[in-house]
Amino acid sequence: MIRDALLLQLGYNATLVTLGAALLGMAAGVGGTFLFLRKRALVSDAISHATLPGVALAFIVMVALGGDGRNLVGLLTGAAVSAALGLLIVTWLSSKTRLAEDAAIGAVLSVFFGFGIVLLTVIQTMTAGRQAGLEGFLLGSTAGMLRSDALVIAVSAALTLALVLLMRRPLTLASFDPEFARSTGQNVTRTDLIMMALVLAVTVVGLKIVGLILIVALLIIPPVTARFWTERTDHVVLIAGLLGGVSAYVGAAISAAMPNVPTGPIIVLVGFALFACSLLLSPARGVVSAYLRHRAYQRQVHLRQGLLALAHGQPIYERLTLRLLRRQGWALPDGVATPEGQGRAARAMRDETRWQVIRRDPAYEAAAARYDGLTPIESVLTADQIAEVDSRIEVAT
Amino acid sequence: MNGSEFVPLSLVPMLTGIFVAVACALPGNFLVLRRQALIGDAISHVVLPGIVVAFLLTGVVSTWPMLLGAAGAAIIAVVAIEAVRRLGRIEAGAAMGVIFTAMFAGGVLLLEQSDTSSVHLDVEHALYGNLESLIWLDATGWSSLWDPVALAGVPVELPRMALTFVGVALFTVLFWRPLKISTFDEGFARTIGMRTDLLGLALVIVAAIAAVAAFDAVGSIIVIAMFICPPAAARLMTNRLEWQVAWSVLFAVIAAVLGYVLAGYGPLWLGLVDSVSAAGMIATVSGVILGLAALFGPHRLRGSAAPIG
Repeated sequence: MIRDALLLQLGYNATLVTLGAALLGMAAGVGGTFLFLRKRALVSDAISHATLPGVALAFIVMVALGGDGRNLVGLLTGAAVSAALGLLIVTWLSSKTRLAEDAAIGAVLSVFFGFGIVLLTVIQTMTAGRQAGLEGFLLGSTAGMLRSDALVIAVSAALTLALVLLMRRPLTLASFDPEFARSTGQNVTRTDLIMMALVLAVTVVGLKIVGLILIVALLIIPPVTARFWTERTDHVVLIAGLLGGVSAYVGAAISAAMPNVPTGPIIVLVGFALFACSLLLSPARGVVSAYLRHRAYQRQVHLRQGLLALAHGQPIYERLTLRLLRRQGWALPDGVATPEGQGRAARAMRDETRWQVIRRDPAYEAAAARYDGLTPIESVLTADQIAEVDSRIEVAT
Repeated sequence: MNGSEFVPLSLVPMLTGIFVAVACALPGNFLVLRRQALIGDAISHVVLPGIVVAFLLTGVVSTWPMLLGAAGAAIIAVVAIEAVRRLGRIEAGAAMGVIFTAMFAGGVLLLEQSDTSSVHLDVEHALYGNLESLIWLDATGWSSLWDPVALAGVPVELPRMALTFVGVALFTVLFWRPLKISTFDEGFARTIGMRTDLLGLALVIVAAIAAVAAFDAVGSIIVIAMFICPPAAARLMTNRLEWQVAWSVLFAVIAAVLGYVLAGYGPLWLGLVDSVSAAGMIATVSGVILGLAALFGPHRLRGSAAPIG
């Protein structure tokens, strides 16, 4: 069943929704990257929660006008209006009053959501509201979606993605280095507005698929995950778009196969699984590679100290050092150096003595600053300099 | 309205609402000043999986396993956020966003997959609780307040919330000076030998306790609103922390009482039949209060730190 869903074999509607989800996921990943780089990731949480009263009001208005309250375009329009209002209030509170942005976000998020809940309970008491299914907007539900709704979602997701791709250059510049962007004549305030409009579009389009509580995850998790794989902004944008697309596609497909489960949580968990893998396995920042690097460093330090101890003829009590020396074939189990170990030890000792000399000499200050007990001296001094240092050592002895 | 109707139906929810509001607003004052306002948001999302797991393990909806589960989930979340932030060198807000959405999603999925149809546990309940259902069946009127038999039937949420409120208030009073100093000038607090890290952690833990206790009774939406709105509104009213806390308590109480009354009776005044969600209405009223404070509060502007006294 899940394989069928992944291969888009579950019928026209499910296919449309899954593809729409993938497009939306890409748009969210790319748009979220700019938000993440501007360190404003949680603004999207306020925006998404602020959609609820709009959805509910749109339903009430459409029913009052005698129409079908479930018209998706109408509901999404209402969502967009109230989300924009929420965003405006966040901006106003954090720029015009002394409140910080996090307080403004939290206030808008909780108050709009609370008011939305009030309206939802009003709708439940309306005769037309019993089967409204607006709860699907909380956590996303793609089961039993109308064909027209699926089309609306797929088309608007494609449009959002196109918009993101179109605006990618100014957005990259403004989010990576706003000062520089301003100095090149770019209107950063306007770019910020466009970024927020994009986030708004992603949120509104994603309402039916991911749900308003969890859409923020689709904007945050892919960029954070992408950050583990690269240090370059343009690559973060690409990878985040890819990751967002994959998680939304896989999540929507799984959900199509399991109609009882809300779609949003599945998409988020697929995204989180990708994140967890990256956290563990990424070559530069991953936990595993950090651990391996740490072990390699530890080995180096222990070997070096062990060799110096051998050179001084001191006994080695430290177990790890002894084991490492034995494994290299530089020492016997009782801690006595092998012939090769003796050579290595003498070389380490000579290196150390040279370091001691140049660290005492102000003329070598720059080179001596690189002393950490591990760096071979050949990497900081030329052969001539080493010969000069050696001649001094001979005089001293 | 007379006592024989008010006491059994409205007194308990109203008092519970007040205790929740004040218990959340007190630590909220410091969280808002420390720019950690969204911690309430994060906590109320992450406790869901803890509560669901506690239910799955014990098979019943009872207080202590759920509180323990919620506390466990909150601790896991704090550790996970810190780990993501350090390991991935990622900004705190984004790290928080990753963890709390993922944990909430996990909780929802667990909830939907398990058979909870027999008990009162679903996502809607977790979001906006059911304040109205806290009915005191044994009460007959004001005289029941002195009747030990009737008092034994008070919904358990009320004494629990009262206890939480007392605990939070005690923490605030006992650690007033250290909290105040470390909130406004952490560097100074450290130079006079305060353990600011421990104090910050204690504040988050107290906030988490308040959130978890309230969560069960009234759902997460009031919790988030009360952590932020009353303290934020109070911040716009005064420059003195003492007054700010007093204002925030006042705002919290007003929001709880007015919100409950509007939810219960407002629709009747408008000619509708049924009441609306009290939790949502309390959050809405707190938002209106914040809006008024932002428009008219004497200290609403930045740099309005007028000389005191």
